[in-house]
Amino acid sequence: MRICVQSEPFNIAKELQGFGAGRGDIGAVVSFSGLVRDDSGHLQMLEVEHYPGMTEKSLSSCAQEAVTRWELADVLVIHRFGRLQVGAPIMMVATAARHRNAAFEAAEFLMDYLKSRAPFWKREITAQGTQWVAAKDSDEAALARW
Amino acid sequence: MAKLELVYFAWVRERIGRARESIETQAATPLQLIEELSARDERYGAALSDVSALRVAIDQELADFDTKLTGAREVAFFPPMTGG
Repeated sequence: MRICVQSEPFNIAKELQGFGAGRGDIGAVVSFSGLVRDDSGHLQMLEVEHYPGMTEKSLSSCAQEAVTRWELADVLVIHRFGRLQVGAPIMMVATAARHRNAAFEAAEFLMDYLKSRAPFWKREITAQGTQWVAAKDSDEAALARW
Repeated sequence: MAKLELVYFAWVRERIGRARESIETQAATPLQLIEELSARDERYGAALSDVSALRVAIDQELADFDTKLTGAREVAFFPPMTGG
């Protein structure tokens, strides 16, 4: 299991290289990457603030929970903070398991949880000023199925 | 009186005008803490009055606004998270 909270950019392909490799008991690797999306057409940067200490703890306990619920061989979570460019990767999760169902479900679980339980806050920076991104009710509701 | 470290994030931090502070308090819960702070300065009221738009963490664990603060060292107030 690897949890990274970092300001530095990361390379999705590089991170996946070697993930779940070199062992015979893994039949499925699922990964999800979130990129900085520009909905308004005016986004200059996305700023991500976090709560150092609690962020790492909540991501670890979330990954730990996933390992408890599904038979996972490995879990990777990377989440960036600081100022990010449009189109840049913000975060990624990857799961490795014997079969694909566990890998898919665990990846979705991790995404749902870290969207509304990990202490990150996004702020959009445009030429007109800055605005905090509001949390969506649908993200909170997504937790109910787990 | 208990000593508490308070930390604020995102627009809560901006409205209060600081990221952290140490205080002495008699509050038994985060809700009482908000009442106490709001009586001290109107900036706290502006940032913390609507708890439905807020989350609280006690010693870096998400908590409820009526969780007991017994033994707590750090309390954080922030908006609902927008990670991912």
